Amino acid sequence: MKILYSLLAVSISIAFAWVGTASGGLHYLFGVVFPAVAVFLFLFGIVYRVVRWARSPVPFHITTTCGQQKSLDWIKSSPLDNPSSTLGVIGRMALEVFFFRSLFRNTKMELKNGGKLVYGSAKYLWLAGLVFHWSFLIIVLRHFRFFLEPTPVFVGVLQNLDGFFQVGVPVLFMSDILILGALSFLFFRRIVTPQLRYISLISDYFPLLLIIAIAATGVLMRYFLKTDLVAVKQLMLGLFSVSPIVPEAISPLFYIHLFLVSVLLAYFPASKLVHMAGIFLSPTRNLSNNSRMKRHINPWNAPVKVHTYEEWEDEFRELIKGAGIPLEKE
Amino acid sequence: MYDAGKIITGLILFLVLFTAPIWVNLASGTSAKRPDIKLPIEEKECVAATAYMKASHMDLIYEWRELVVREELRAYHSPAGKEYEMSLTKTCLSCHSNKAEFCDRCHNYVAVSPYCWDCHTEPKEGL
Amino acid sequence: MTMSKKHPKPEELVAIDYQPRRRDWMDPHVEFRKGTFNYSANPKSMEYLGLPFVRKWQPTEDDWKLPPNWKEIILNGLRERIDRFRSLRIFMDICVRCGACADKCHFYIGSGDPKNMPVLRAELLRSVYRKDFTTAGKILGKLAGGRELTIPVLKEWFYYFYQCTECRRCSVFCPYGIDTAEITIIGRELLNLVGIGIDWITTPAANCFRTGNHLGIQPHGFKDSVDFAADDLEDITGIKVNPSVNRKGAEVLFVVPSADYFGDPHYFGFLGYLALFHEIGLDYTFSAFASEGGNFGLFHSHEMMKRLNAKIYAEAKRLGVKYIIGGECGHMWRVLHQYMDTMNGPADFLEVPKSPVTGTVFENARSTKMIHIAEFTADLIKHRKLKLDPHRNDNHRITFHDSCNPARAMGLLEEPRYILKNVCNHFYEMPENTIREQTFCCGSGSGLGTDENLEMRLRGGFPRANAVRYVHENHGVNLLVCICAIDKATLPGLMDFWVPGVSVGGLHELVGNALVMKGEKERDNDFRGTPLPGKEEKVHV
Repeated sequence: MKILYSLLAVSISIAFAWVGTASGGLHYLFGVVFPAVAVFLFLFGIVYRVVRWARSPVPFHITTTCGQQKSLDWIKSSPLDNPSSTLGVIGRMALEVFFFRSLFRNTKMELKNGGKLVYGSAKYLWLAGLVFHWSFLIIVLRHFRFFLEPTPVFVGVLQNLDGFFQVGVPVLFMSDILILGALSFLFFRRIVTPQLRYISLISDYFPLLLIIAIAATGVLMRYFLKTDLVAVKQLMLGLFSVSPIVPEAISPLFYIHLFLVSVLLAYFPASKLVHMAGIFLSPTRNLSNNSRMKRHINPWNAPVKVHTYEEWEDEFRELIKGAGIPLEKE
Repeated sequence: MYDAGKIITGLILFLVLFTAPIWVNLASGTSAKRPDIKLPIEEKECVAATAYMKASHMDLIYEWRELVVREELRAYHSPAGKEYEMSLTKTCLSCHSNKAEFCDRCHNYVAVSPYCWDCHTEPKEGL
Repeated sequence: MTMSKKHPKPEELVAIDYQPRRRDWMDPHVEFRKGTFNYSANPKSMEYLGLPFVRKWQPTEDDWKLPPNWKEIILNGLRERIDRFRSLRIFMDICVRCGACADKCHFYIGSGDPKNMPVLRAELLRSVYRKDFTTAGKILGKLAGGRELTIPVLKEWFYYFYQCTECRRCSVFCPYGIDTAEITIIGRELLNLVGIGIDWITTPAANCFRTGNHLGIQPHGFKDSVDFAADDLEDITGIKVNPSVNRKGAEVLFVVPSADYFGDPHYFGFLGYLALFHEIGLDYTFSAFASEGGNFGLFHSHEMMKRLNAKIYAEAKRLGVKYIIGGECGHMWRVLHQYMDTMNGPADFLEVPKSPVTGTVFENARSTKMIHIAEFTADLIKHRKLKLDPHRNDNHRITFHDSCNPARAMGLLEEPRYILKNVCNHFYEMPENTIREQTFCCGSGSGLGTDENLEMRLRGGFPRANAVRYVHENHGVNLLVCICAIDKATLPGLMDFWVPGVSVGGLHELVGNALVMKGEKERDNDFRGTPLPGKEEKVHV
């Protein structure tokens, strides 16, 4: 049901853009208005979410330590899994953000006959996640050939690396294959694993299907149903120089692709996809384990009713005296 | 603890990075101009329709290469009913003789570097 | 079939079905089956602590006698906490439900109940958050994963927030570091706002607030326990130690969990502390007022944690000590390491801890001014200040259980191992996915260690026990050493159930056994009164 809803949402988006541009003549709407609104929603939304997070303080120092603490000089500490310095935290965060360090630890528990638990290595989720995110990044960066004129040098370098095997015309990009493979894995594991299917929501299936659709339309356009790239670049340059134009002769497939991207951008800040920004603010990861070295300040450090020594001594005076324990007031 | 300084820095970095193309374009005065290409003067008709050639000329050339090299076929019948020889140098380049002002302009514009010229000699200017 | 016998059998508990039920989790459903939940808080304890909505109720009853505006109270409480805790807001917002945490939770592994997957435990709260605090949830409701806060939802919260021991194992594996402990702590806070709490937390907290320790031991009782231990130690070693209580001007205040001077096997470690401190001539004192390092307030609310913890600094200041040493305890060290300085500091009246024996300055505690006994002892051993005879522990084949909080909220991993390797000859690690930062909880932490909750504790402790069984079968391990009072209280029962033949001990029990004290008599027995290796015959004579 949840998968169906998500599939429906993506299909409607595709149909909407198709009808709108193939027979509706709404090229300006899909080519300029929607993308501009989406970019604005994306930027504004992310800033809004981050500011909302930032307005809540970090009252306590709740690092999750995943290695030896820094204590005695002669005990080797884990500066990256349990950093005690800012540099260490930067290293830990870099490992999380670029290589998904924590997910790399993933194991799979199995209950064997006779009631024995075993834990096997389970790196597929890590691998698929990493491949998806990196491919996505490379693909976005490759698209800079449409955003800037002249095309920046890094795009050429990326294209050469990504198309290293020079298969076909135009050259096949490895990232295109990898992203579709990784996304398919991430999608099917949600359906196939009963526990995952149980916990998955529409907001888990929808972005996966949406990004699959974006990648698929992109691949379709690059390799099979080509469109006039010069016109595409004109459209994009118009958008990115804030003087939009709508060239003719761009296929509806391109508008579908662009609209799906617009949907993704607009949906991004309102969804779980904000983990892109949230990871940087996660207090169990971005705090160094120095809570006994340096006092962490809680801005709302709530006043509480305590039981004072004097109250305690007053209540137990005779017993304290009888036990020969020193008193403040005899 | 709020770490406002770090978060604001991060947000500024985010906004700058994600809007960088806009600023770069505005700063360099880039506009959505089509690249100016030099079209053949005498010949007005290509081997296929302009719209098709714009989007898919690479498919045609690729197909030609396959047919010529693998199947030893030479003749191509255009949709308009004309016969051409399937040859990059003899057919395409005979009209589009200026690579720099025809092929390269668009290819550079969309950052495409076809490997035609790995084998074919680049035509000399004004051949 | 629910278990009709008083105690389930291991074969029964190990038949775990990991297939999620057909019923959608969003549809709240909870069954309070005997053995899997805790009884409600005693009204007297609630009253003593000044908690709201004091009343008699039990989880099994239909009517929990909630205040009429309970929903408003909870939603306001949630709003307030979202504004106060960035952790909560972030953890509510960024989970992608990748499922990496699912089979990392000992309660999920031991029960197969999908709502014990950390992700789903958090979703119980997250769904309400989405419904009432996000735009999408307000408009789209269930389509956006939102759920109305109803009484069945509240009952679910109670059941599952008290089936989490706040051990943080899931947080190690989460790609965003989402910490279920944080969610559980705040979830329990919300429940406490409408007078829903459990007795095994509220009553110890009330005791601690009043007398200074969870067990409610009054000053004279505390003094007696300490004196009694000194006598016991004299019987074993022939040396008379003189521990002091509430003595002003001592260099060090020593704080232990109260079970250390009352519980078995904690007590043997307590003897170890006394022997060690005497041997090095440490100028220290106990406090009868701050006679509890453990903090059941942590299991109740941040406020209660602060209220109970306040005694330690207050007493250190009153007694005029230079710094504080803390004994073997798990959650106690979570509070001391990550909360105390923030809540009740700054400890500007204390000095940076410096070992009077080795001169080592504990820079890692330069602000909080409290060090872990394992840090202190490891430093002594490294500087060869202790004469140790590890052969005295030769009857034991030992493995070490990293307690959750020293491991994952501190990183105290090598200190205890270094000590162990110096005080015993037979030490074997459990499999690597079950130790250090990946250690498994005893299953009874965070105030869940009650008899009425036994089945759930045995289930939760199953992964830990399973790893112990591995070293028991492969290396003949017969002693499970740990540095946590709750471990020491609950692991013995867990071992008897899952791995008979393995007993439980503390780190400083072994230190005390191995410590050769100046002028001691020839020891025949270890601290438990069992003959030392090679002395068995002599005892029989």
